[in-house]
Amino acid sequence: MAEIKTYTMNFGPQHPAAHGVLRLVLELDGETVVRADPHVGLLHRGTEKLAETKPYNQSIGYMDRLDYVSMMCNEHGYVLAMEKLLGIEAPIRAQYIRTMFDEITRILNHLLWLGAHGLDIGAMTVLLYTFREREDLMDIYEAVSGARMHATYYRPGGVHRDIPDQMPQYDPKQFTKSQEKWRNANRQGSVLDFIWDFTERFPKCVDEYETLLSDNRIWKQRTVGIGVVSPERAVALGFTGPMLRGSGIAWDLRKKQPYAAYDQMEFDIPVGKNGDSYDRYLVRVEEMRQSNKIIRQCVKWLRENPGPVMINDHKVVPPKRDVMKNSMEALIHHFKLFTEGMCIPAGEAYAAIEHPKGEFGVYLVSDGANKPYRLKVRAAGFAHLSALDEMARGHMLADVVALIGTQDIVFGEIDR
Amino acid sequence: MTDVASLAKQIKEHFGDKIVADAVHVGELTIEVSAHDCHAVLLALRDTQKFGFAQLIDVCGVDYLAYGKTEWKTDSATDSGFSRGVEGRQVREDSFADNEKPDPNRRFAVVYHLLSLEHNHRLRVKTYTTDEPPIVDSVVDVWPVANWYEREAFDLFGILFRKHPDLRRILTDYGFMGHPFRKDFPLSGHVEVRYDPEQKRVIYQPITIEPRVLVPKVIRDDHRYLIEKEEGKS
Repeated sequence: MAEIKTYTMNFGPQHPAAHGVLRLVLELDGETVVRADPHVGLLHRGTEKLAETKPYNQSIGYMDRLDYVSMMCNEHGYVLAMEKLLGIEAPIRAQYIRTMFDEITRILNHLLWLGAHGLDIGAMTVLLYTFREREDLMDIYEAVSGARMHATYYRPGGVHRDIPDQMPQYDPKQFTKSQEKWRNANRQGSVLDFIWDFTERFPKCVDEYETLLSDNRIWKQRTVGIGVVSPERAVALGFTGPMLRGSGIAWDLRKKQPYAAYDQMEFDIPVGKNGDSYDRYLVRVEEMRQSNKIIRQCVKWLRENPGPVMINDHKVVPPKRDVMKNSMEALIHHFKLFTEGMCIPAGEAYAAIEHPKGEFGVYLVSDGANKPYRLKVRAAGFAHLSALDEMARGHMLADVVALIGTQDIVFGEIDR
Repeated sequence: MTDVASLAKQIKEHFGDKIVADAVHVGELTIEVSAHDCHAVLLALRDTQKFGFAQLIDVCGVDYLAYGKTEWKTDSATDSGFSRGVEGRQVREDSFADNEKPDPNRRFAVVYHLLSLEHNHRLRVKTYTTDEPPIVDSVVDVWPVANWYEREAFDLFGILFRKHPDLRRILTDYGFMGHPFRKDFPLSGHVEVRYDPEQKRVIYQPITIEPRVLVPKVIRDDHRYLIEKEEGKS
């Protein structure tokens, strides 16, 4: 009888550790992975094609839905590409607001990653801890944009509106009346006060996560030496963001090609040493602390420097409602912007930002019309997942789950 | 960060007439190479120390079939106008008048975005494909990350990559027909799925919805940009 050497196993697309809809076809020799073939595209919505059929501003909302755990960073990339082609720049206050929300988004993303990664490889508690902090950050999203996740807050030429002076409070409910006081305790002042209060609390929360994980024997057994990528391979495989930094390359677009107000910020870039999953964990945890630092600098600046958050060019930005009621010119601008949208001069631009997962780039081709001619979203996760085969080879089946976790895979951006 | 103009100069000196065209727009350098030279130029860009493009950021296809074509003429007023929800006119290769036919040799472009970590500069390399089916050399042997990007460009645009180790569809469904990001592929597709209670299974059938356009595509020459361009030239 012929001896069976390897066998093929199907993993996902419906699997709790598949982070959405990953389908993996694994070739196994016993429990060792010989080959991993990820099948993606199960969440393909054709975002880029849809954007080609809509006026520019209507696609900002689609960007939120790409990587649906770091919403505003996606918007930032798209908005920057448009601004580049239009030759406009957001006012300085909008730049600081964008910087602050990019970092809030980074924390949001890393918190979800940490919770989900922990859950994948057997640490239940972290998820509950991280979602506690995510709740506050989503409240901040809601306070400025009205939506907890899909904010559509960034616009070409600035941000939709200034940060409100009043942080929304919990309504008294029948059964939670006794809790209202402490639930609203840090919501008495402005939104900036609430963010400030969060940054005061947050480093201690990160300490808590680290207490649970960093020296945890099981955590280390599952991550140390798993998925080691050398710096040379990391570059060749197109790694960006924490995946590249985990392999020991100090590359961060916020430092190297600064955008928004990052050149005014003081922060450090954590870099890994061994390029394994544990190092990438440490890099991301330290990034959360650095993000916290950046948010504090932004809050300080924003408190002291009031000003406009949108440019005053009505070819791009619709005029204010009260102006529109009194001015024919403004009414025409408003009508044209909302029926036809703006025409962006012909040309092509690539705008890249340091997304929580890596480099998020938007390649925009315009033929001078009111819709993008071609929009290409360069998602960091796409390059990372394509390296899963190489990373998983020779590891055990259970480590594949740890690898999916360490890559911080979100299918919204990979499948687009 | 090396400044863009000097990088352009260096590249032109190094490659000579292999560079078909080069342009700097919004501070970004784009070079165009022929599909024949593409692989050699990209390999040299990676291995030459002064360029050092160790990282391939992105590969994507572009279909130039409808470039500069509008759904609604705006140079003169019409008496019919453009009503909402108008039937979408399908762009096809034979749908253009003789004088405005797109150049068949420049329909598809493959665009590479390169990044040099060492020198901190970016470069866009563009190559137009001249054959039907469009075909260029694969760069998987230069940057392994190109594997999936080229599969994506094949899937969405039908661009073939010579010597690609595993050119399968990646984003669309198993058994999908056509290349959905081509401009002559309708937004709503060709087929839809539904559950058929008689056959007791999910079946494919031709789509039942009419494609329509809510906001027509218009191109307006904005005089501000024209003036700026002329000023930039002089």
